[in-house]
Amino acid sequence: MKIKVPERFEPTVKEIKFILKRVKDTPLSLAGITIVLFFVFIAVFAPILAPPAPGLNPYIIPRDESLGFRVEPSPPSSTHPFGTTMLQRDVYYGCIWGTRWAFEIALKVIIAIVFIGVILGLIAGYYGGVIDEILMRFTDIILAFPGLILAMCMTTVLTQAGWTTIDSVLLSIVLIGWPGYTRLIRGETLRIKNEDFIEAARAAGSSDLRIMFRHILPNAIYSVIIVASLDFGSIVLTTAALSFLGLGAPTGWADWGRMIYDGMSFVRGGLRWWWSWTYPGLFIVFFVLGWSLLGDALRDVLDPLYRRK
Amino acid sequence: MGLREYVIRRLILLIPVALGVVILIFALLQVVPPTRRVLVYLTGSPKELSREVIQGYIKMYGLDQPVWVQFAIWLNEVIHGNLGYSEYTGPVLYNLLKRAPATIELVIYAAPLIILIGTWAGINAAVNRDKTFDHISRVLSVLGTSLPSFFFGIVLSAIFIATLKWTGPGRLSPQMDSYLTVLRRLGQWHDYTNLITIDALLNGRIDYFIDALKHLVLPVTVLVFINTATLVRVARSSMLEALSKTYIIAAKAKGLSQKEVIYKHARRNALIPVVTLSGLIVGGMMTGLVITETVFLFPGLGHWAAYAAQRFDVPVVAAYALFSAIVFVLANLIVDILYAYIDPRIRLG
Repeated sequence: MKIKVPERFEPTVKEIKFILKRVKDTPLSLAGITIVLFFVFIAVFAPILAPPAPGLNPYIIPRDESLGFRVEPSPPSSTHPFGTTMLQRDVYYGCIWGTRWAFEIALKVIIAIVFIGVILGLIAGYYGGVIDEILMRFTDIILAFPGLILAMCMTTVLTQAGWTTIDSVLLSIVLIGWPGYTRLIRGETLRIKNEDFIEAARAAGSSDLRIMFRHILPNAIYSVIIVASLDFGSIVLTTAALSFLGLGAPTGWADWGRMIYDGMSFVRGGLRWWWSWTYPGLFIVFFVLGWSLLGDALRDVLDPLYRRK
Repeated sequence: MGLREYVIRRLILLIPVALGVVILIFALLQVVPPTRRVLVYLTGSPKELSREVIQGYIKMYGLDQPVWVQFAIWLNEVIHGNLGYSEYTGPVLYNLLKRAPATIELVIYAAPLIILIGTWAGINAAVNRDKTFDHISRVLSVLGTSLPSFFFGIVLSAIFIATLKWTGPGRLSPQMDSYLTVLRRLGQWHDYTNLITIDALLNGRIDYFIDALKHLVLPVTVLVFINTATLVRVARSSMLEALSKTYIIAAKAKGLSQKEVIYKHARRNALIPVVTLSGLIVGGMMTGLVITETVFLFPGLGHWAAYAAQRFDVPVVAAYALFSAIVFVLANLIVDILYAYIDPRIRLG
């Protein structure tokens, strides 16, 4: 069946076909997309894959009462395919809902930092001058810190001021994330704003807002998509690292980093209680791997520097 | 513009960033209520202090004054080395200095390995593009960026510490560590550098040298594996770019051997961007140390900061953030100067 495509969409369709062909030709991109889709599937169908008890917060891993209050993990069995961790919490449940939690965190953070980055980057790049100077010096200051350490400091401070640890972690990751996007968009804006078509739009009487959002942003957004997909994994990695330091989700929460933190007390047993920390660890590794392969793939297809090679 | 003017200009540019870093930390501290914030100024334990005395300190350090007055007082304290008092680990500056040697010892073993392995693997991957070596190093470097350092550390310690018992947590095995105090008292051990491996050699104690080295192997492995990945990628792509330049064709046309072309002409130019990356690696190390030292209970700065973060111990965490930002900024400064020194285009352009 041949679908009739309206003429103005023809370039888009051609582009999509080209992208699909490129993806099909590189096995690593295909692997990345498969892994990411697999995680999306787990996140979407978490309530079916690991049904939570009705009326309770699904992100809190339920304890198996029948196993009592024993602290030591129980090995994998038919009721607990990945075994249980501290206080008989089900590892499988934690990994499944941890996937949904990872998406929730990463999406919230990405949306926030892309939003801030787009607005500030466009303003800085388009208007230049004093605003640009101030914003860039501000990004310099944030980027002068090793990211995780600034986030660690901010989480500690916010928690002392009465915030919940989860909120403070989210806000601190936004704080360390926005400068990168602001600089990226600013750079793209500087490049694009001197193109002829911007001049044409201005001559045709377009307002500044229209030029920024209708003409510059669509041309700058590809690099944002690439960086955002590469960041998707690293945001989860940073949250996991903070959880591992005890900052973030409370104990028993379906958070991979927290599960590893809880499982760390069982590392003294060597490989005896391996399931308590290996499964959440593998989930993180594959999640980050999937997104970084996907990011590389997107760069190969979308970045004009790489795409025709 | 000569190298000298370049360095001076770069130093002047440093001032606003350094000031900004200090202001940001101060701004973060403002979030904490004054009764807790006063810890950042104290020089002794607050546990014995009554409510009234705390109020007295709040007055003394101007915590009820306008923000800029507070900032001036705080900055003055920091410059004079008063970083506050931790309820859990005691005076902040004292601990910072006491724990620095352990961390420095980790870094002096890890940093050269990262740079050597990273550039070696990256350049060889580019030279053997699309061959086995290239594929293996690419897979390893993707793994290096995806593998969380804490997970890798846990796996290593479960296998090598808990199961095989090849080595242990900390800097020395417990018996060796407690005997060290005896040796010190007997005058048979002098702390020349506080780096155990080096002090052991200077004191002629090979057994201590071997024990300390064994305890360094796992944390150094984690730091190297995590930090090398990016370096390999950058070295590889910059070498590929250098190999495609016209001066390489010219060198080949001159009749130079493959080896000479690669190592004399291409590699030198490929290493220039790698130098800039070493600044970033310092930042990566500061982060990696917090995690790695926590996993292996290595008594350095990172472990101290992580221990403090778990207890929401503001003075320590703020001091560590300030310290690591200063180290990071200085490292970038040195890198920029080196860069200009190596590549004349930077300072002349």
